[in-house]
Amino acid sequence: MSNFFNKSDLTRQDADKIVSETLNNCDDGELYLEESKSESILLDDNKIKSSNYSSDLGFGFRAISNEVVAYSYSNEISKDSLKNSSENLRSTLKSIKGTYNYEIPKSNKKFYEDINPIEQKTLDSKLKVLNKVNDFLRKKDGSVKQVTASFAGEQKSIEIIRSGGEALTDVRPLIRFNVSVMLEKNGRKETGVYGIGGRQSYDDYLKNDNWKNVCEEAFRIASVNLESKPAPAGEMKVVLGPGWPAILIHEAIGHGLEGDFNRKKTSAFHDLMGEKVASEGVTIVDDGTIDNRRGSLTIDDEGTPTERTVLIENGILKNFMQDRHNARLMNTRSTGSGRRENYRHIVLPRMRNTMMLSGNQTQDEMIKSVDKGIFAVSFGGGQVDITSGKFVFNCTEAYEINNGKIGSPIKGATLIGDGPSILKEVSMVGNDMMLDPGIGTCGKAGQGVPVGVAQPSILIDKMTVGGTKL
Amino acid sequence: MVKDQEFLKSKASYCLDLAKKMGATDASVTVGHSISETVNFRNKSLEASDRSDGLALSIETYLGKRRSSISSSNLLYENLKTLIEKCFETTKITPEDEFNSLPDKNLLAKQISSLNLYDETRFENDKKIKYLKDLEESASSNNQIINTESSFTENKSNFILANSDGFCDGYKTSSFTASCVTVAKDENSMERDYEFSSKRHLSDIKQATDLGNKAAKQTIRKLSPKKIGSEKISIIFDKRISKGMLSAFASAISASAIARGTSFLKDKIDEQVFANSINVIDKPDIIKGMGSQNFDSEGVNSNTLQLIEDGILKNYLVDTYNGKKLNLKSNGRSGGTTNLYFEKGNISYKDLMKKNSRSLYITETIGHGSNIVTGDYSVGATGFLVEDGEFKYPVNEITIAGNFKDMFKNIILANDLEFEYSVNSPTMMIEGMTVAGK
Repeated sequence: MSNFFNKSDLTRQDADKIVSETLNNCDDGELYLEESKSESILLDDNKIKSSNYSSDLGFGFRAISNEVVAYSYSNEISKDSLKNSSENLRSTLKSIKGTYNYEIPKSNKKFYEDINPIEQKTLDSKLKVLNKVNDFLRKKDGSVKQVTASFAGEQKSIEIIRSGGEALTDVRPLIRFNVSVMLEKNGRKETGVYGIGGRQSYDDYLKNDNWKNVCEEAFRIASVNLESKPAPAGEMKVVLGPGWPAILIHEAIGHGLEGDFNRKKTSAFHDLMGEKVASEGVTIVDDGTIDNRRGSLTIDDEGTPTERTVLIENGILKNFMQDRHNARLMNTRSTGSGRRENYRHIVLPRMRNTMMLSGNQTQDEMIKSVDKGIFAVSFGGGQVDITSGKFVFNCTEAYEINNGKIGSPIKGATLIGDGPSILKEVSMVGNDMMLDPGIGTCGKAGQGVPVGVAQPSILIDKMTVGGTKL
Repeated sequence: MVKDQEFLKSKASYCLDLAKKMGATDASVTVGHSISETVNFRNKSLEASDRSDGLALSIETYLGKRRSSISSSNLLYENLKTLIEKCFETTKITPEDEFNSLPDKNLLAKQISSLNLYDETRFENDKKIKYLKDLEESASSNNQIINTESSFTENKSNFILANSDGFCDGYKTSSFTASCVTVAKDENSMERDYEFSSKRHLSDIKQATDLGNKAAKQTIRKLSPKKIGSEKISIIFDKRISKGMLSAFASAISASAIARGTSFLKDKIDEQVFANSINVIDKPDIIKGMGSQNFDSEGVNSNTLQLIEDGILKNYLVDTYNGKKLNLKSNGRSGGTTNLYFEKGNISYKDLMKKNSRSLYITETIGHGSNIVTGDYSVGATGFLVEDGEFKYPVNEITIAGNFKDMFKNIILANDLEFEYSVNSPTMMIEGMTVAGK
């Protein structure tokens, strides 16, 4: 745990006093202190290309009254600097008075350990694994022309000080291991990427030969793509594989169910609470409480313990995801979804691990039921226009389906759909729910936060596939 | 106030001296300070204010051909000492790479001319509030607009780049950005669009009312969109989308993508990659330019580069490390392009719109559908169906797809180039792309 009060002239008593004085006449707010240490080591083009270590320290001070949020941050933790911020907040809110809400739920549960993954292992041991990855893949097949592999590790310590002196702390580890391989055959080049990660130590990948599985998977995806044909264009049936393809849920549904867009009525879902937004059998939750997952948090960035929030239950819209600010304005409670990238940013309601739960059909049944369509196994990024509800994502591994059988692999194509209606097109839900490998980063308002997704195989009756073949 | 050159220089030279003292053969350091203040409005009232004040430092230490780096926002001498020790310890065990080195001394920038990139005008928050009030007043004047959000950001930055070969320079920059997002609604749909203006100098920012009106107009015309069928059709890219083609092109000619062999434009120097009417230029010395710079992120002098001449690829974007790999001299593009643009074409916007009896005009794309290894392109799109030069109706929930290799060779540019951003393009037409819809 970081001690933020041995670094300068600022004592905890000073901080408590300034925070209480500043937030006295506000509805909510807090001082957020953060220290993070991170490393990234990259092997590329047969060499260790970079090894970077970074340390960051700072605070963000927030005051909220009515609908107005005032925010000020600095990377200088000192009495002067905090006082400057306090004045800045007060000048914005000078004419708006509020009543401070001291209430914040408590929990003793923890979903990851207080570890520093960077210091647990020597740099040398990480370099060795990266070199092994490179040798392994290049020896594997003559078509391997480029290998990139990286480790990224982080430890973030936060402390939240609320008016009245209440303090909440959390220490969050996070690691990521990634392999990208480019193959070249008959003048054609294709890449395959695979990675893993979570709030854990590097142990699993350094101790055993687990890194080999990551290499094999990246190689397999690239090999499939070497054989790919142009993708079809137009509306058709789409079978999504389990696990990572759940970024469809994240883009199509998840963002539209974040509290801020609904309070502002800019989400296509804002007037659909309690209504049927998905086929029967579709249940979607956003869960911050799964051990060691990338999107899990013991407390959110406002200090609220996270939870498993049911968003859609058997097709019916049940809840939005809320931070304290939007919850207060919508007369509801925070779901522990208040997150920020770091102390430089304001809190927004965000997703954690967004999951569609299993049904009782099999992937085989789905494929057999399709005359003409595609089977999408893995995706790159996605994006959504919250207001119109239209969302896209890009296939990185997909196949044609003809007459109930999986056919040739197809080239990366964008799939586009309509968020509020897509889940009504879900006609089968598989019994094979799977978590993603721990690689997701969600972007919103210029802030990236780690998230997870999960889903079983699903059959969507109608989606537009953005290929080139008419 | 943003920290002055003397303060940043003292931090930089402390780091360089310390690294040398510890035994580093070379070192380079960048120290920067940035202050920015933003005011956010929503539906004509204040929603948020945000002040940020941040220092940042990054150091690279070398031991012969070994190199590693650290970065931090904590500039207390005690912390810097710990970090530099850690950095140099890491350097010692990082494997050698024959291409690691500081830039060639004779390529470093020598004379810094003023590009007028700093405007010291202070635009107080009260004035920002007045600007945003006016903006949202005009944005919401039509009752189909149901939500307006706008913001004004003022930023002042200063930096110093120093290395152990004696380079030590930096300068202040400023930027002022006003933006507006509007939501419109009718009985069939809800749509969002935006407009923004970003400049080095406050006086060059667009009028608040113009910005608000434009955002509203662009949003309202998107209401009640239709989906069209899947077909091959000529596509006209609005300027805000056509400049994205240049960004994709720039990433495909970065020396790093070329050296790694992961670009569809590898080994294409002196070959035809665009239609022969096309010229692409990267010009770092535009006065008040949003992408202007006196030197790149390694201190290397950057001159104007003709990247495409009559459709032929003439230059890659070269930094020191990848340049050495490719046996090329750095052309001052570590950190990418500066002010990148297509030279204007010779057909008017009006004539371009009329060129085909039926075409699709794209105003927004979503998704990350550019693959620079293969050149494949597939994105979600929103726009308008154009018939006989006129917008017929709005279109959405479609994708457009092609391959850059073919797309680049079929580009036709209008003559409406303006220098608004760091990447600029005239309106563009590409024939023969595939639209996937119904």
